[in-house]
Amino acid sequence: MPETILVVVEQREGKLNRVSWETLTAGQAIAAEMSWTLEAAVAGSAVENLANEVAGKKVAKVHAIQSPKLDPYTADAFTTGLKQFITSRQPRLVLMPHTYQVRDFVPKLATAMGRAAITDCVGYKKDGAKLLFIRQMFQGKLAADVSFTSDTPWFVTFQNGAFRGDKVETASSPAPVETVNVDIPDNTIRNKPQEVFKEARQAVDLTQAEVIVAVGRGIKEQKNLEIAKQLAEALGAELAASRPICDSGWLPMDRQIGSSGQTVAPKLYLALGISGAIQHIVGMKGSRAIIAVNKDSEAPIFEIADYAIVGNLFDIVPPLIEEVKKVKAGT
Amino acid sequence: MKILVCMKQVPQKDAPLKLNESGTWIREDVSYEVNEPDAYALEEALRQKEKHSGEVVVITAGPPRAQQVLREALAKGADRAIHLEDNAFVGLDAFNLARALAAAIKDEKFDLIFTGLQSDDYGYAQTGVVLAELLGWPHATIIMQIEKNDTGIKVKRELEAGYFQFVDIPLPAVLTIQSGINKLRYATLIGIKQAKNKPLRKVALADVQSAIGSNLQKIERLYIPQKSKNTEFLDGPPAEIAKKLVDKLRNEVRVL
Ligand SMILES: Cc1cc2nc3c(=O)[nH]c(=O)nc-3n(C[C@H](O)[C@H](O)[C@H](O)COP(=O)(O)OP(=O)(O)OC[C@H]3O[C@@H](n4cnc5c(N)ncnc54)[C@H](O)[C@@H]3O)c2cc1C
Ligand SMILES: Nc1ncnc2c1ncn2[C@@H]1O[C@H](COP(=O)(O)O)[C@@H](O)[C@H]1O
Repeated sequence: MPETILVVVEQREGKLNRVSWETLTAGQAIAAEMSWTLEAAVAGSAVENLANEVAGKKVAKVHAIQSPKLDPYTADAFTTGLKQFITSRQPRLVLMPHTYQVRDFVPKLATAMGRAAITDCVGYKKDGAKLLFIRQMFQGKLAADVSFTSDTPWFVTFQNGAFRGDKVETASSPAPVETVNVDIPDNTIRNKPQEVFKEARQAVDLTQAEVIVAVGRGIKEQKNLEIAKQLAEALGAELAASRPICDSGWLPMDRQIGSSGQTVAPKLYLALGISGAIQHIVGMKGSRAIIAVNKDSEAPIFEIADYAIVGNLFDIVPPLIEEVKKVKAGT
Repeated sequence: MKILVCMKQVPQKDAPLKLNESGTWIREDVSYEVNEPDAYALEEALRQKEKHSGEVVVITAGPPRAQQVLREALAKGADRAIHLEDNAFVGLDAFNLARALAAAIKDEKFDLIFTGLQSDDYGYAQTGVVLAELLGWPHATIIMQIEKNDTGIKVKRELEAGYFQFVDIPLPAVLTIQSGINKLRYATLIGIKQAKNKPLRKVALADVQSAIGSNLQKIERLYIPQKSKNTEFLDGPPAEIAKKLVDKLRNEVRVL
């Protein structure tokens, strides 16, 4: 098929995830800009309903890629199934959301086809006739425009929140849905996955907190958590943290914010000594107001902060606690 | 179990980064450290060896400075090291880097290969999975626990938002390791001394050249990201900042 973009959406337990819709929005935008055709696909054991749901959006066609072997997910089955389909259709560009599942199989799929994947992109641009994909590097401190130097199909994954899922265009009439049965031979699948489960019994529900004080590695030592606790107390806030703090066992896992922790959107998120890696940002960027204290003026957290304080948190926090207390005491 | 650990040297987390003249990479005059998840991968390999015996081999591809990573690993208890030594390795994409690694170990027989789940500099999150496919081995990503059993290994994969999953995998296999899977050890003085006598095999670019090709993707331009918000910077002495901030909290953010 000439000049086609294929967006492969992701489902879990019969539901499409939000970043799938975001990736579809990206596909629509690139298709419009390049005058290419947009098609979508969803893979699983019985995914026609999901395919029908996607067909309500502005796409030329939706493929329901089916095999009983695609459920539960394994990298072996997804690579074999998608490779078959993509090889037979030869789209120019294959877009997927950068989920944990996609990052588990996309490098394998691209390699199996002798192609490259540009992963974890936050946008794209057109430079003359050339299509460039924007991705973060160096933990978000720098961004890069990346081009493909290989033959098509090109594989691209988009990061959570890179596009607006609620901006996906709907169609006036539904697109045709085609069921494609892929053949996955018996000995293909080597891994035996068990049920997905949740470990932490959530003691705190940070999603309900109006104010969150979050600490990162800038806090340096466990005993220094005390000043963050005092600030949280003064503000009537919940205490949260970046991943390394929870990994060290300084705070329980259920206080971790980010892609592998909780996603929150409080009125105020106060980040102390957090650099602003994307896996943290995705969990808090929906906050109404963000205040960041960081000694590095170029820390990526400042890119999304409403109020920025470049400085040592150990200098800033103690007077802040005093001021907050004063106000609360009504003086 | 014979385990290979892929370790990369990356700019230190706090290092101020400057762009090179062509604006396609950073200036290399920064301090470096080991990529964080790779340190956890090494620790996990050492623990597996302590339980099941065997051998831990570490490998890196990079300029002479990257040898530091191997030295530290040997001091912590790795048995030997392989250094694909050339500046050119810094510029390879994940596909070619994995091809170079595969070529360098073609005469070895490992049960497991560990990589970090992603690098701090490129952040491809690909090298381990590509390597698995090149070797024809199964893989699993973002691993938080590993247990050997009769048929292979059982691993715990981290999924999004606090979810996990156990997966049984036959050996040999490639695993990409997540930070926090274990607690890191420090090198001991004895370890540092012993490291000096441990074997370190160097592999030149020429030795693996025939296995790699041109990159399939290219960084056209590297730059400081544009701000997406109108950020207000509050400055002054700390006491003054505290006052300004409380004023914002009362009148603009309205949480006081
Ligand atoms: C698959 C995956 C999932 C992940 N999931 C999550 C997740 O859910 N949540 C999460 O948070 N991370 C997650 N991470 C890790 C993430 O990539 C970052 O490594 C992590 O968020 C960094 O935490 P940090 O900002 O606290 O530490 P660092 O990046 O080390 O930053 C510390 C910051 O503190 C500043 N600082 C130091 N001293 C001071 C001082 N005295 N005063 C003020 N500032 C100071 C420094 O300038 C620096 O910016 C994940 C990573 C991966 C690959
Ligand atoms: N130059 C390298 N030398 C050794 N290992 C590497 C190198 N580059 C990447 N790796 C390994 O691959 C992992 C993932 O890197 P990446 O695919 O760049 O995100 C790293 O955590 C390392 O374990």
